[in-house]
Amino acid sequence: MDARRPRKGAGWLLLLFLVPFVGLLYPPFYNLTKPELIGIPFFYWFQLAAIVVTALITFVAYLARA
Amino acid sequence: MIDWVALSIFVFFFLLVTVIGFVAARWRRGNLKVLEEWGLAGRKFGTVITWFLMGGDLYTAYTFVAVPGLVYAVGAQGFFAVPYTVLIYPLAFLVLPRFWSICKANGYVTPSDFVEGQTGSKTLALLVALTGIVATMPYIALQMFGIAVSVAQMGINPEIALIVAFVILAAYTYTSGLRAPALIAMVKDGMIFIVLFATIIAIPIALGGFGPIFKAAADKAAATNTFHLILAPSQFAPYATLVLGSALALFLYPHSLTGTLASASPEVVKRNASILPAYSLLLGLLALLGYMALAAKVTPPKAYGANGIVPALIAAQFPSWFAGFSFAAISIGAMVPASIMSIAAANLFTRNIYRPYLRPNYSGSEETTVARVASLAVKLGALLFIFLIPTQFVITLQLLGGIIIIQTLPSVFVGLFTRWFHKWALVAGWIAGMATGIALFIEAHNNSTYTFVIGGHPIGVYSALSSVVINLVVTVLLTPVFNSVPARPRGTEKAAA
Repeated sequence: MDARRPRKGAGWLLLLFLVPFVGLLYPPFYNLTKPELIGIPFFYWFQLAAIVVTALITFVAYLARA
Repeated sequence: MIDWVALSIFVFFFLLVTVIGFVAARWRRGNLKVLEEWGLAGRKFGTVITWFLMGGDLYTAYTFVAVPGLVYAVGAQGFFAVPYTVLIYPLAFLVLPRFWSICKANGYVTPSDFVEGQTGSKTLALLVALTGIVATMPYIALQMFGIAVSVAQMGINPEIALIVAFVILAAYTYTSGLRAPALIAMVKDGMIFIVLFATIIAIPIALGGFGPIFKAAADKAAATNTFHLILAPSQFAPYATLVLGSALALFLYPHSLTGTLASASPEVVKRNASILPAYSLLLGLLALLGYMALAAKVTPPKAYGANGIVPALIAAQFPSWFAGFSFAAISIGAMVPASIMSIAAANLFTRNIYRPYLRPNYSGSEETTVARVASLAVKLGALLFIFLIPTQFVITLQLLGGIIIIQTLPSVFVGLFTRWFHKWALVAGWIAGMATGIALFIEAHNNSTYTFVIGGHPIGVYSALSSVVINLVVTVLLTPVFNSVPARPRGTEKAAA
């Protein structure tokens, strides 16, 4: 039934999940107004960009059957 | 004054959704007398339908109204919804596929079914069920509030509109079960996406780009000390703990798990962990409407405060027909989660309260009848909530809901990975966490963050997080204690268990 068993040796990819946690749970790291992107302060566009990066990490983990 | 153009468009889309809600009963036909069909739509939804269903389920209309409202009112702190709705997905990826598999294999419909199966404790299952129902009620009520804010902007009496919405919602949920919100979610998301792209493109162009929009926010930050363009250092700890605590709590809500269990396989759940963040992007962009309202010098209606800012901005920036379309999108966006939440609460009541305590040995079709009636009762309760209790208090209860629901974390999600915890230690942990969380919440004057003073430094922590730590510590410390107490002999044949 479950054709996609976890692949051996891909488990380490789950460590990538730490990236968004470390990056987002320490606000001093991104609590800046500069550099701006099309007039949007860093604080805002950094967190919007983190959505895309985290989704990609999750997708990679899915593809690699981590 | 009633805006007839907006109202006509609004009514048209509401009728459309009503028809879809009833037609849904015939969609992917199943025997609706079975609870797994009525309450989980037969666990058959593929990747795309699950995406729409969960999108409508997790990103509720209230969220779309309240997050920009919070950003409008306090600035950067209100943006915590963005990192929060990012971090839920790595967690979901790790936890939910396993949860799905165990529930499917054993025919579990609710998180309480799961807890009873894992721990063998009826008491714990009852606590988890009650926690879920109590945390869900104010959440449903706030969806009704989302509808009220939208219709009031068109000059309609919100109470009459809510009664009409309630009847429609109750009728199609009763008839079609989870199929109704799933099918409606597809229409609703199409509408929400149109509204989003229109607002996020047209309004900044009208206001001269993002520069002037953030300039307006910076000006407000300079003028008041309760509003910040970026976080004040004292907000770092509250921000980070709100993000983590909310992320841990979200998938413990019964409606989140109902959406998860309705999917067809663990693979569908995993795929959705990487495509659902599209809604987080949408929410993040919508949050900026709060600053656009500042730049456009729109003020919210007095009756609703900052939570009325999105409808007010839309009414000010767009022609009537588009405003009507947008309000319909928000209101339909409220009906989808309200429906799923009432189904989730009804499943809990039926499976984990009615069956074990009120009527053991009932038949399968009675099960669904009870769930249908319970879903009506839950919605009626939510409607009375919003009519009889001041809105501010309902919002307070919903904040408290996060602190309450997270107390099921050790039993439900930690319980997925270990059976080491003793069932009575889990009960004790639940009691300790619940008491701590509620006490901190009240001590902080109905605020979800409590400020501890550590070494002379004030540190604000989201009480859901501090209380669940207490819960876990108590559970871990008491497990060896309960294990060392020999089980009371309950007849010789059971002694080995």
